[in-house]
Amino acid sequence: MGDFFTLSVLVATAASAIRLATPYLLASLGETIGQRSGVLNLGVDGVMLLSAFFSYWAVLETGNLWLAVLVGLVVGLAMGILYGVITVGLSATQGISGIGIFIFGLGLSDLLFRQQVGTPKPVRRLPNVDVPILSDIPHLGEALFQRNLLTYLAFLLVPATALLLSRTTFGLNIRSVGENPQAADSLGVSVERTRFVAILIGNSMAGLAGAALVLQLGIFQPNLTQGLGFIAVALVYFGAWRPAGVMGGALLYGLVNATVLQWKALGIIPVSGSDLANMAPAILTILALIALARRVHAPSALTKPFTRH
Amino acid sequence: MLKAVLGALVPLLAAVVAFAFGAIMLLALGASPLAGLDAMLDGAFGSGSRIAATAVKATPLILVGAGITIAFRTSVINIGGESQIIAGALLSTVVALSLPDLPAFILVPLVLLAGAIGGTILGAIPGALKAYASVNEILSTIMLNLVMVQFMNFLLRGPLIDPFELEAGTRIPQTQRLSDNAALPTLIDGTRLHIGVPVAVLAAVVAYLVLWRTPTGFRLRAVGHSPEAARAAGINVKRNVTLAMALSGSLAGIAGSILVFGSEGQRMVTDGSAAGFTGSAGFNGIVAALFGGLHPLWTIPSAMLFGALLTGATQLQRVLQVPAALAVALNGIIVIFVISSTPVRGWLQRSLADSGLFNRSTDHVEAD
Repeated sequence: MGDFFTLSVLVATAASAIRLATPYLLASLGETIGQRSGVLNLGVDGVMLLSAFFSYWAVLETGNLWLAVLVGLVVGLAMGILYGVITVGLSATQGISGIGIFIFGLGLSDLLFRQQVGTPKPVRRLPNVDVPILSDIPHLGEALFQRNLLTYLAFLLVPATALLLSRTTFGLNIRSVGENPQAADSLGVSVERTRFVAILIGNSMAGLAGAALVLQLGIFQPNLTQGLGFIAVALVYFGAWRPAGVMGGALLYGLVNATVLQWKALGIIPVSGSDLANMAPAILTILALIALARRVHAPSALTKPFTRH
Repeated sequence: MLKAVLGALVPLLAAVVAFAFGAIMLLALGASPLAGLDAMLDGAFGSGSRIAATAVKATPLILVGAGITIAFRTSVINIGGESQIIAGALLSTVVALSLPDLPAFILVPLVLLAGAIGGTILGAIPGALKAYASVNEILSTIMLNLVMVQFMNFLLRGPLIDPFELEAGTRIPQTQRLSDNAALPTLIDGTRLHIGVPVAVLAAVVAYLVLWRTPTGFRLRAVGHSPEAARAAGINVKRNVTLAMALSGSLAGIAGSILVFGSEGQRMVTDGSAAGFTGSAGFNGIVAALFGGLHPLWTIPSAMLFGALLTGATQLQRVLQVPAALAVALNGIIVIFVISSTPVRGWLQRSLADSGLFNRSTDHVEAD
């Protein structure tokens, strides 16, 4: 344990926590926007798998990382259109249709990977970019300001999402259709259009999360996410539907994952206990859900399809 | 009458859409859809032993699917099939390891019972968390899936590993070959058809009888229809929510036991993923149940269809080199289609009723 509490290891763990938090954060912020409008999207994991595969494939074929990020975004957007048609257009039950999206994404990404790539080949990873001046701060700069651009984007999206929700007309519309769609409708806000756009934004961010995951790892394999997208959904509850809270949750998960990795590397967790250590994030999620379930207020119209009476 | 026609139309349309999508996928992958269909039919029904393999593949789907109907009819969403299957398999494995010398006529029912108990525990936990702590059961069951797969890996790499694997240093994460007295007896020599198949069918019939022919089932469905009304009628909603998840889990747990003791290896093996052991039956069972209209009896033929899809996909991979994951993608499409067509069906029924052609006041009540 003594090996862990050295400055260089702690800085490395913090840096890795922030890197690992990035896909969680992008996906959870997107899910927050969707849920605030009253739409639960359980398909995040499937969307992330598909966008991760297509991002990986793009960088494998072209070597262009920015094209790969764009591809991830577009795949997320396309899945958003599908999910919007299902849940807003056809008023389908949100919980199970999300599971359908998940199974579809899981199967299709697996299928395409085996057919088009076969064996996992490593690809270029997102390079770290130093923020001028700030990255020179001892230790802190190394942990916070020598990260990749998607990580910076994810953390910049936290205040951006908060401002969108609290300070813009569109954000007000999102919140009103999530709390009381009948009232919003009577005031002339289009519930369907607001929710559809919120779904598109949310899924695009899930797409970015998939791209971030695979481009930080530099490799793809079937079921790459291993439930990460579902934890991202749980983080929205954890963060009480507020971007800052969601960021706190994502950082906590990044830290738990980074610590487990670091402790395995240092031998603090023996090989025989490594599977038990891998249970930590999911158990933590269940405990957090138990602790928070009765204390936080969910959007009143969450999961309820809108019908005009 | 009209409702029955529309009711049958939806799964049929879903199948057509899935087929069309499958054909497009095969074309995109450079294979002929007709050759693909031929390979799948041959793989699923080409011979007596292949039909038996399809029935065996359908067995966990029947059990999970029947359990899903109980949960969904109570308005509880059980996505934890994978964890319940694993728990059932682990507990029945431990029983077979501890009592290997019991005679088969005791040990076989005992391992199935152990499976049911393992699944019940993993169902009752998220059920009770929903009922008594307001924890969203979809999220908790998914998290328990993630927990149980790691727990399975831990046990099969550590405490339960075959001592021979340790000795030889190969460390394949699997248990030793379990007692032959626990093996599910085969029904037809030369095929894999074992008693797990009739056990699953029987379980689905029991699920139907419980749901529609007992006071317990009445209470479960009352809670599913309207918790407020059920509470007003003096029904303990929390206890019934927990019960629904526990029953649902118990059937998935039996499926886990059958996966171990109906397998040729007669042991539990992990490749590190849940799907490696369960074949994703925890998810495919949901698909089978939805496709069967959330009716335990209709889940049986529906599960057979998805069993055929799975064995057919294996043959597809062998003959046309199309990855078997195609079946998973198709399952996703079917879920999406069945779910999104349900409100459309309700809307069709209502607008037809409103048009005055079918003047039946009960039409609105049915739209649940």
